[in-house]
Amino acid sequence: MIGFTFRRVGVALVVAWLAMTLAFVALRWVPGDAVDSTLTHAGVPADAIAARRAALGLNDPLWQQYVDYVAGLPRGDWGDSLISGQPVSELIWQNAGSTAALAAGALLVAVVLGVTLGILAGTVRWRIGRYAAEAAASLALSTPVYWTATLAIYVFTVTLDLLPGVGGSGVRHVILPACVLGFHTAGSIAQVTASSIREASVQDFVRTARAKGLSEFDILDHVLRVGLLPVIAVVALQLGFLLGGTVITETIFVRRGLGRVLLDAISSRDYPVIQGLVVLAAVVYSLINALADVVYGLVDPRVDMSS
Amino acid sequence: MMMRSRTRNYRLMVAAALLGVIVLLSALAPVLARHDPRAARPEDQLQAPSEHYLLGTDLLGRDIYSRVLYGGRRTLGVALLTVVVTLPGLVIGLVAGYGGRWLDLALMTLMDALLAFPSLLMALALIALFGNGMVQIALAVGAAGIPAFARVTRAAVIEARGMPFVEAARSVGARPEAILWRHILPVIAPPLLAFAGVTLSWAILNSAALMFLGYGGYISAPDWGVMLADGRAAFRVAPWVALAPGVALSLTVFAINLLASALNGQNGRG
Repeated sequence: MIGFTFRRVGVALVVAWLAMTLAFVALRWVPGDAVDSTLTHAGVPADAIAARRAALGLNDPLWQQYVDYVAGLPRGDWGDSLISGQPVSELIWQNAGSTAALAAGALLVAVVLGVTLGILAGTVRWRIGRYAAEAAASLALSTPVYWTATLAIYVFTVTLDLLPGVGGSGVRHVILPACVLGFHTAGSIAQVTASSIREASVQDFVRTARAKGLSEFDILDHVLRVGLLPVIAVVALQLGFLLGGTVITETIFVRRGLGRVLLDAISSRDYPVIQGLVVLAAVVYSLINALADVVYGLVDPRVDMSS
Repeated sequence: MMMRSRTRNYRLMVAAALLGVIVLLSALAPVLARHDPRAARPEDQLQAPSEHYLLGTDLLGRDIYSRVLYGGRRTLGVALLTVVVTLPGLVIGLVAGYGGRWLDLALMTLMDALLAFPSLLMALALIALFGNGMVQIALAVGAAGIPAFARVTRAAVIEARGMPFVEAARSVGARPEAILWRHILPVIAPPLLAFAGVTLSWAILNSAALMFLGYGGYISAPDWGVMLADGRAAFRVAPWVALAPGVALSLTVFAINLLASALNGQNGRG
């Protein structure tokens, strides 16, 4: 068990390191960098630009820039923003809380709504009820955040005046964005839950349970124990979509957070910031998927973790 | 079993009909549109839906009905281009699944590293490299979809490789390319087609997201993502501006998802 955990996390770290290297190489390929885009357009003389490039280490050979960058990562030295000069780690730290709150809230909404809809679609005998649950899941899948958000603000803020819409950072301000982001993610969780439950409910052990006269409630308990296992893996996978979705959600609800930082960095070609954020997302995402595998093994006694 | 195949056909028909109508409406946009989708008429700003403007007008007084029709062409066009950009994933998956152990390990490690990036974030980072524009969006979103396509293809190839008739072909000395082309490809085609459908709906949502965020370049062109961004600016006084492109986008994605799940006989990925 402990061996499996270490191996799985080790693989995740190797994958994250590869991802970081890819991001580093890709972002060094660009013809113009932020020094060009900010200073040249501002009409700064050529020798001043050259001095700034040297100070930022942009003239060093690529391998040296890479070694410097990798060596700096564990120390929390993620480079500085080319625009403001602020350390990237500080910028991330200042904005991470807001994004984490949004992502956690959205994940909660997605799991509760998605699993509920999935169980309904997978177990309800009444045909119309089952179709309604399936339709709700398809609706969630086909409505992107940038469209439901506008709708939700119109209904809950403008018309009903129930919840604050754009701006703000309190607990009440996170409810609407988290529901909107979670709603879309709930769609795929519901579909996977439903098909996994359907698959589980035709297994032999269910027939045995029914043959020996167990109540339908006990049979449901048997089915859910097996049927809900794949949901762990899907939730971990959906977290990647959630991280992408925070970018759009934060923009629409005018929230501070890492998504806004990323969009600002993209428009000003602030590569160290883009790189820091992308690498952070890759590391978080790989580690959470590794964790999901370990949890899966803990919960499901059929998974052999010695191999 | 009978029951199951009938519901599947029913789904397939509904999905194909819906999608057919959407494609037809987009294709016939020049005939069906009643106004120039780009022409701004400030005096008709934010008109509610009426007989003259079927779905109302936006902040610049442009006819939303015409813009939704023309927007379908652009949105569907970018999404199709995006799916074409993910096709190298198919080749990588075929080679990895059939090319031997070391090639498989090297290619899949690289794909896993790419899969570590959440796809929308990867597309955004690529936009930072490529710059703004419609083709750039298709390239960025498509490139972000390559690793998933490669993984799914490889899994299908490995499953097909173990089938008895493939073994039989190998035992009579058929060349690897011939086995791949004649025996494996026909087996893996249906699930991959279903996955391409899922990729298409994902491509529509992600490329419209980048359009919404303003990376599409030419801003006055009709596009559902751009129109949703316009709608967001005006929704407090004129909710219809966001309603029409939003419904069009959701219906299209819904139809494609339904088609993919009917082709697959089960539910696809999210």
